[in-house]
Amino acid sequence: MINKRIQQTLAFGAFRIVSFLVVAILFIILGFIVVRGFSVISWEFLTSMPEDGMKKGGILPAIVGTMCLIAGSMIFAFPIGVLSGIYINEYLTDNWLKRFMRTMTNNLAGVPSIVFGLFGMALFVNTLKFGDSIIAGSLTLGLMVLPVIIRTTEEALKSVDDSVRLGSYSLGASKLQTIHRVVLPIAYPNIITGLILSISRVSGETAPILFTVAAYFLPKLPNSIFDQVMALPYHLYVITTSGTNIEETRPMAYGTALVLIAIVLFVNLLANALRRYFGKKVKMN
Amino acid sequence: MKKFRKQIEKFVEGILFTSSTVTSLTVIFIIIFLFKEGVGLFNSKPVEKSYTIAINPNNPINTISSEHLKEIFNQQITNWKDLGGNNDSIMLFTLEDAASLFTEEELGPDFEYLPQKINEYILSTPGVIAYFSDSYIPVDFGGKKIPVSKISVGEFLSGKEWYPTSSPVAEFGVLPLILGTLWVSIGAILLALPIGLITAIYLSEVSGQRFRNILKPVIELLAGIPSVVYGFFGLVVLVPFIQKTFNLAVGETALAGSIILGIMALPTIITISEDALRTTPQSLKEASLALGATRLQTLVRVIVPYSRSGIIAACILGIGRAVGETMAVLMVTGNASVIPHSFLQPVRTIPATIAAELGEAPFGGVHFKALFALGIILFIMTMGFNFMVELTKAKKYK
Amino acid sequence: MPEHKVETKNLNLFYSDFHALKEINFKADKNTVTAFIGPSGCGKSTLLRVFNRMNDLIVGVKMEGKVYVDDKNIYKKNVVVDELRKKIGMVFQKPNPFPKSIFENVAYGLRVNGENNKEFIADKVETSLKKAALWDEVKDKLKKSAFELSGGQQQRLCIARTLAIEPSIVLMDEPASALDPMSTAKIEELIYELKENYTIIIVTHNMQQAARVSDFTAFFYLGELVEWDTTKTIFTNPKESKTQNYITGRFG
Repeated sequence: MINKRIQQTLAFGAFRIVSFLVVAILFIILGFIVVRGFSVISWEFLTSMPEDGMKKGGILPAIVGTMCLIAGSMIFAFPIGVLSGIYINEYLTDNWLKRFMRTMTNNLAGVPSIVFGLFGMALFVNTLKFGDSIIAGSLTLGLMVLPVIIRTTEEALKSVDDSVRLGSYSLGASKLQTIHRVVLPIAYPNIITGLILSISRVSGETAPILFTVAAYFLPKLPNSIFDQVMALPYHLYVITTSGTNIEETRPMAYGTALVLIAIVLFVNLLANALRRYFGKKVKMN
Repeated sequence: MKKFRKQIEKFVEGILFTSSTVTSLTVIFIIIFLFKEGVGLFNSKPVEKSYTIAINPNNPINTISSEHLKEIFNQQITNWKDLGGNNDSIMLFTLEDAASLFTEEELGPDFEYLPQKINEYILSTPGVIAYFSDSYIPVDFGGKKIPVSKISVGEFLSGKEWYPTSSPVAEFGVLPLILGTLWVSIGAILLALPIGLITAIYLSEVSGQRFRNILKPVIELLAGIPSVVYGFFGLVVLVPFIQKTFNLAVGETALAGSIILGIMALPTIITISEDALRTTPQSLKEASLALGATRLQTLVRVIVPYSRSGIIAACILGIGRAVGETMAVLMVTGNASVIPHSFLQPVRTIPATIAAELGEAPFGGVHFKALFALGIILFIMTMGFNFMVELTKAKKYK
Repeated sequence: MPEHKVETKNLNLFYSDFHALKEINFKADKNTVTAFIGPSGCGKSTLLRVFNRMNDLIVGVKMEGKVYVDDKNIYKKNVVVDELRKKIGMVFQKPNPFPKSIFENVAYGLRVNGENNKEFIADKVETSLKKAALWDEVKDKLKKSAFELSGGQQQRLCIARTLAIEPSIVLMDEPASALDPMSTAKIEELIYELKENYTIIIVTHNMQQAARVSDFTAFFYLGELVEWDTTKTIFTNPKESKTQNYITGRFG
């Protein structure tokens, strides 16, 4: 009996240590990049063009490029994702079509990011003749995050209590009116949270943009959606692995990694804050 | 107005339906494009299009398999008798040799005499095998052209060498890449599964709400860190560490890839196993505790077995993600395309190969097609893992 | 001879294989209150939802027989369901206000039915809230969220919301089951007053409530309409022994 207790205490202690290891891993990675990158970050680093084989200067074009890709992919993926989520959850009854669409969404979510890269290159760059461009990259990234947006929309809609739908129907509201005026306003906070998290995904993906938009070194800002741009994750990859002088570009790499992490952190915090804000608001009501 | 409303409803439903077809269409288009480019590989020859391989007309050999061609140009086969021909040693001839064999005068200022010289050389050298551009074939060519067979599916899948740009015969054997991919991914799961599972158990069954509140955002952040940042961290911290610890020539190894991929797989494994553990009915736990079992015994003997299929699903999904992961692996595994024998060797995965080589592969060429064929393999592998996850889930609900 | 607002003929309803309503023949007259009573799963709520075609929203429902509202078959192909539902109001078991202001909750039904005149809407909101005996309690906070109201107030808001679109029939699915006794009393009072202008059908678990508010009572058991008569007869002199057993609390 005592043995059993001791065994349990020891085991739970070990479990605890392992769990803290997970927390530790995150803090080691974040800490390392923050500490090394912090001294690199300056106003100049964020707002100037790269110079001298990317050993000096800043990362402005990469920041701008990433912002363009975020905006471009969201303009495309957000409406389509939300509309499909609505269709699948509100219009389709439980039949083969619903199962088929769910399966296809799952399949798309399972496609590796590099395959999106291949596909984007074959379809947007070569077949549709967009060339390496913001639009080709944005569409590729947009297709990649589509499943994320569809799923969060579906989840958000599922969490809306059926009684409000019935209440609305009983007043003679049509399906569209019910969705538009009652269901969506309740589901919006969760949909927006999902959208924000998909921004975090888009901002960090490299493989899909390798062959669709990313430029190795392009010290100017884009003029149109058919321009190539630099992007933060690709820039980080380039200056860590294939710069002309890897040792000298290392500080720039730390700075770029920190900026990337900062964007992801900021987006996650924003999503969490929104979740808490909306959660409180609902409770208060 | 009322009539209008009905039409608007129909119209909006149409728009919604159209949007919802985008995912399915994308999946179908991905398959179409991968196959359109990738299958073309098996319709091409491993030798560059506008090049010819020719031998002396008196040589009894009429065909040479691409396997043997490789070995000839790698000088592994040096005598024609190895191929069933005369006992003549093989003389390789490529355009680079022209400069040393003939003087500049003989070739002429614009190489206008080169075709003729090649012809003469082939006719005068019994053991010759020449590889040269079609544009240098003279009108009265007397050599024997050797047809090169197309790349076969079997060769592609079982080939042990991946030298897509080697000349004159490129080698497209994906076996080392497939094995490298599985090797790194399975290594990652072996590392991540115990840690992830224990954390999930601790989270769902042992810890209090306070630790939960810490760990949940930590997991979300781990999942949110871009893979290129993981790769960067691996390259500047982990790789040198492995190199020193094991006293290796290079630190970029399968082990580094597995560790980084393992960390990246943690969020998936923790979240899905925790969901699985939570499905254990309270009554089952209470029954076990009521029989005098400790919480640990209940965990090991009741909760974990009950959630088995969910945990397996987490594991497969983790491998599936790891198989498709590109950037981090590309940066830390060293990318040597050899069949792996140890975790302390460099390996090369399929996604890393595509990412590293597509930029340099000429559009529409054999190499380009081969990379799309790799994409097909990767796509099939990940779909297979997805399918297995669905299967384990379906089993559970039966 | 009072006209029949609601009538069913040989109505059968199935949820896939489950026979939920069996050969129901029922009528409700204008300006009366009918109570549906019976143990859970007896089909009383299902029948209620037949009248405004709420069952359309459930997958696998099959129906046979005829349902008339104002002598028109409401399951004919050319019936516009939204229009039908506008004519037949429904109050649900749990108060289900929309996440909007009190004002907007009542105005909702008007707006979705194409009403844009602000003055008309404001006027209608006020009269509806008055009819639902809620006006005095909320007239100073119309812009506040409906969730700030108590459960009983929310239920009366839902009634006001229903009244705003001027239905002629009001269906109530256990409207007081989630409320405290005080609120329940208010709702019952309200039902009594509403009878003057509306035909009301109310599903209830509460025998006393049925006795207090209704003119007619229908007793359902396992999908059958066992007995249907004036409330007085049902509660004092039922013909069927099953009814007798139920109202004296021997099962259910």
